[in-house]
Amino acid sequence: MLKFLLRRSAQFIFTLWAVATLIFFMLRVLPGDPVEFKYTSDGGAITAEQLQAQRERFGYDQPMAIQYVRWIGGLARMDLGTSIWSENPVSEEIGSRFGITIQLAVTALVIGLLLAIPLGVLGAISRGTWLDQVVRVCTVTGQSVPSFWLAMLVLLALLATVGWIPSIEAVAFKERPWEYLAQIFVPAVVVGWRLSSVNARLLRSSLIEVLSQDYVRTAHAKGVAPSRVIWRHALANAMLPTITVIGIEFAGLLGGLVVTEQVFNINGIGRLLVQAISFSDLALIQGLVMLFALIYVCVGLCVDVLQAALDPRIRVN
Amino acid sequence: MSGSPTFKSLKRFTRTQPLGLIALVLITAMLLGGSFAPQLAPFGPLDARFDAVLTPPNATHWFGTDNFGRDIFSRILHGTRPALLLGISTALIGSLVGAAIGTASAYFGGRVDAALQRANDVLLSVPLIVAALVVVAVLGKRMVAGVDVNLMLAITLPYIPVMARVMRTAALSVRVSPYIDAARALGFSHTRIIVGHMLPNLVSPWLVMISAFTAQTILLEASLSFLGVGVHEPTPAWGLMLSGVSVETFTTAPWVILFPGLAISLTVFAFSLLGDALRDALDPRTRH
Repeated sequence: MLKFLLRRSAQFIFTLWAVATLIFFMLRVLPGDPVEFKYTSDGGAITAEQLQAQRERFGYDQPMAIQYVRWIGGLARMDLGTSIWSENPVSEEIGSRFGITIQLAVTALVIGLLLAIPLGVLGAISRGTWLDQVVRVCTVTGQSVPSFWLAMLVLLALLATVGWIPSIEAVAFKERPWEYLAQIFVPAVVVGWRLSSVNARLLRSSLIEVLSQDYVRTAHAKGVAPSRVIWRHALANAMLPTITVIGIEFAGLLGGLVVTEQVFNINGIGRLLVQAISFSDLALIQGLVMLFALIYVCVGLCVDVLQAALDPRIRVN
Repeated sequence: MSGSPTFKSLKRFTRTQPLGLIALVLITAMLLGGSFAPQLAPFGPLDARFDAVLTPPNATHWFGTDNFGRDIFSRILHGTRPALLLGISTALIGSLVGAAIGTASAYFGGRVDAALQRANDVLLSVPLIVAALVVVAVLGKRMVAGVDVNLMLAITLPYIPVMARVMRTAALSVRVSPYIDAARALGFSHTRIIVGHMLPNLVSPWLVMISAFTAQTILLEASLSFLGVGVHEPTPAWGLMLSGVSVETFTTAPWVILFPGLAISLTVFAFSLLGDALRDALDPRTRH
């Protein structure tokens, strides 16, 4: 077990280091000087001396090798550098906007699972019938609709039916809790529906496989109620592969929120990334990419541990 | 003709996978519609009519007009070709390169496999859309023959590790088959074993992934255009028709976003359904 943990930790650090290196050098290929861009993009002018002073301030005057060593060294101390645009530490910028994204992602995940489990079970037990085809059309549709378009349709529908849409401006939970919940809930449903489609299809196929196992036949033979066989015996085992995918999806889900946050004007990290890219804010882009990678590897580690805990076969191997 | 194996398997596919048949019909219709867009479309995709700005759908403008008075139906029809071109080309390139890496990884095993696996982990750790956004930002725009090559690259690159992983898993199960051992025992070269004996058995996961990737590209391109980094004006691209001014006016002129969104959804739906049907039809475990 110790060996397993050591190896996983080494992989963990290697992946993060490689992502850090990759994103650092990729962004250095960006045409133009990001510091100059800040001062001249709005039509303003900056003298050569001022520019040099600003570049020194952010460390962009140093040779690339030095900048790289500083970046990696900073990462080791959890220091992501300073945003060129806002001049605040990157970790602060991300920290102030991470909360809303996580709330949105977790709500979407819960909604996604609540929809996926019944749909997946329905597809599996009615396999091959017209009902299965209906479920399939539903789930494929969920994956085919662009989330931002669906978001606009939902807003249109809300306007047409209740004449109200969640406020564009951010509201604090303490001030107006209902409005705050609506602001999270509508985008979470949009994202969650899409997520449920993927999970429902996966759950269906893994449930079909489990239903043909001997222990399911045994359970039926000894007179266990069919619904209990499905929910208690089969589903518990069919969830295992689904958990792996849910973990991977959760990391991807944060990526998907980039677009959703834009439609609903939610000031999360997805919007921050789009802004960082349009401002060529190198330090901020780097910091955000590292955050995505960190979440991915952490979730991967959790999934592995969870699987080992749930499945004795994995533990033994 | 009716006796040929291809025709027979096609016939079986249409019988056992009715949804797959619907998908095939839809895709064929789109290919035809895209190819003959100049002949079929009632208006030019760039013809602005400032006396008919934001006209609701009517007999002349079936899907209405946008904020420049351009006919939305004609623009959607013209947008089919770039959408399918980008979708199929990224899926083909990404899946081929990924398949080569995945198969090599599984076949050679050992250190090659370990190294490629670690590289894969690194590339997979960044969400697809984030990776595509950064690549587009870094590379900028480069038009070759009406296609933004850099956009294509930005979408293709993140597919490679995904495909490599799928292919590696599939190839690992093929590699341990007795016929591969036999080929090795006969002293065949690596190339001959991989190309002649392994690849033909990996065609089905490859086909499934191609339709999945095509669907994903069309969605991804729409998202990137929506964020303002994908296809640029005045190209009649579906994602672009859903961004910018359309977003600001959609509450008063919903038809501007309704139809392009439907076109995207229908295309992605068709390719996903085809992939699903192919998986069922080609996987011997789920065939019965």
